[in-house]
Amino acid sequence: MLIKTIFSGFGGQGVLSVGQTLARAAMLENKFVTYLPSYGAEVRGGTANCTVTISDEEIASPIASEPEFVVALNQPSFFRFQSLLPSGGMLLYNASLVSAESIRGDIETVGIPITDLAAELGNLKVANMVMLGAFIRISNLIVFDRMIKHLPDILGTGKAPLLKLNREALQRGYDYAKDIRR
Amino acid sequence: MNKQLMYGTHALAEAAIQAGCTCYFGYPITPQNELPEYMAQRLTEIPGGVFIQAESELAAINMVLGASAAGARALTSSSSPGISLKQEGISFMAGMELPAVIANIMRGGPGLGNIAPSQADYFQATRGGGHGDYRIIVLAPGSVQEIADLTFRAFDLADTYRIPVMILGDGMLGQLMEPVIIPKPRQEPLPEKDYIVSGAQGRQPRVIKSLILDTREMEEHNWKLFRKYQLIQQRETRWESYLTDDAELIVIAYGTAARIAKGAIKRLRKDDPNMKIGLLRPITLWPFPTKAIKESLSTASDYFVFEMSAGQMVDDVLLSLEGKGRVHFYGRPGGIVPTPAELARSIARRYYQMKRTRKR
Repeated sequence: MLIKTIFSGFGGQGVLSVGQTLARAAMLENKFVTYLPSYGAEVRGGTANCTVTISDEEIASPIASEPEFVVALNQPSFFRFQSLLPSGGMLLYNASLVSAESIRGDIETVGIPITDLAAELGNLKVANMVMLGAFIRISNLIVFDRMIKHLPDILGTGKAPLLKLNREALQRGYDYAKDIRR
Repeated sequence: MNKQLMYGTHALAEAAIQAGCTCYFGYPITPQNELPEYMAQRLTEIPGGVFIQAESELAAINMVLGASAAGARALTSSSSPGISLKQEGISFMAGMELPAVIANIMRGGPGLGNIAPSQADYFQATRGGGHGDYRIIVLAPGSVQEIADLTFRAFDLADTYRIPVMILGDGMLGQLMEPVIIPKPRQEPLPEKDYIVSGAQGRQPRVIKSLILDTREMEEHNWKLFRKYQLIQQRETRWESYLTDDAELIVIAYGTAARIAKGAIKRLRKDDPNMKIGLLRPITLWPFPTKAIKESLSTASDYFVFEMSAGQMVDDVLLSLEGKGRVHFYGRPGGIVPTPAELARSIARRYYQMKRTRKR
């Protein structure tokens, strides 16, 4: 198994931190994992993206040449990264912010209104974690319950006060994705 | 220490700390800024730790020289254009026989080039880089774990041979996060240094210099350095062989290029288990694994050198083979990192060409 995922969005939406969170969780399952942030001449407020590769064996290239998944948290990323998906790939997008009218016919798409779901939880900043919860449910890349159990280690001491909120956000996304008919 | 998810730059910095490095001097440049950033914080926690963001690369490398002359384990890091600026200091340290560790997280060039991963500084690193008749040890890690292991080792090598050691990575390895186990700190004290300038109270003063005006003395010094380099070639050459035992075609690549090549070879062997393709990955670029490459001629007839440059290490492969074997080259300069699929296509083409000519 070798699965590549691109997480993309505005700088500040937490796409890099969500990629790192997934990578750490996969590492705790003793998977081979790489995390590669985009590294161009990026600007504040511009787009950000990272690639997470999870595998059962040594990873040759951490670069997302043919990703299995693209996660797009805003409209520019939705446009930019759907073209990178090979046919049959899957695109998860933030249905609260992205209008998905122009979409390729040869990929699967799932819209999750993560900004609205995060608002229900009372904090827009955890929209990224709502998406991660949904992503884990849909991709089945890692064991959700194990991730929740190890969440304090995964997030680190710096995020300790926000542990409960993050856990709720992950759960909200995970539960929401349960009910999606694809 | 447990397994952690770390950036290549951070793993390099932390491994240096565990190896007893107490001094870091540098000047910012992308794509390695996370390294000094980490050191700026981390060295405040180390007794005697010194971090200086110097006014220039020249200042930084000469601070390393000074710290080394005073006996400290010192590190500097930069990326290609910055390493060019440091060459004068590296040449001086080679002449003075001072240990130091220098990390070059390469980017596209020449000139300012770009900030994408590249392997364009191979010649500069392996031919000394600065002026004068000298070599430095050049280590080429291919993963974050290897960055940590080789950095830890680099400090011992530098002290053992009194020589500057370069860690030659690229922008991708620096930015990449992977699980890593940082080497445990050394328990035994660092070896005594009988040449450092640490205050001459109670002993004869010492002089560390590279200026030797007497030609006979200078020649003797050059031969002394040469003998040291010979010893390093004998003892410290490192490489990894992957599926080379029966290989008729051997891919030679280092660092990021080597992990792409390994992926390509895995694909090819999976599709066609009869394909006799292996990988020889130099871990030390200087000393170069000349002997291992020459010995591989017992099974191999063709060599496929892959570099993220327009072709530099390929010269060393040609020198190693002494005219034997056929050498093919595939290069992607300018900051491009090809996919394993792309490389597999190119390797397969050479392989089947080789098979056809063998039959004739």
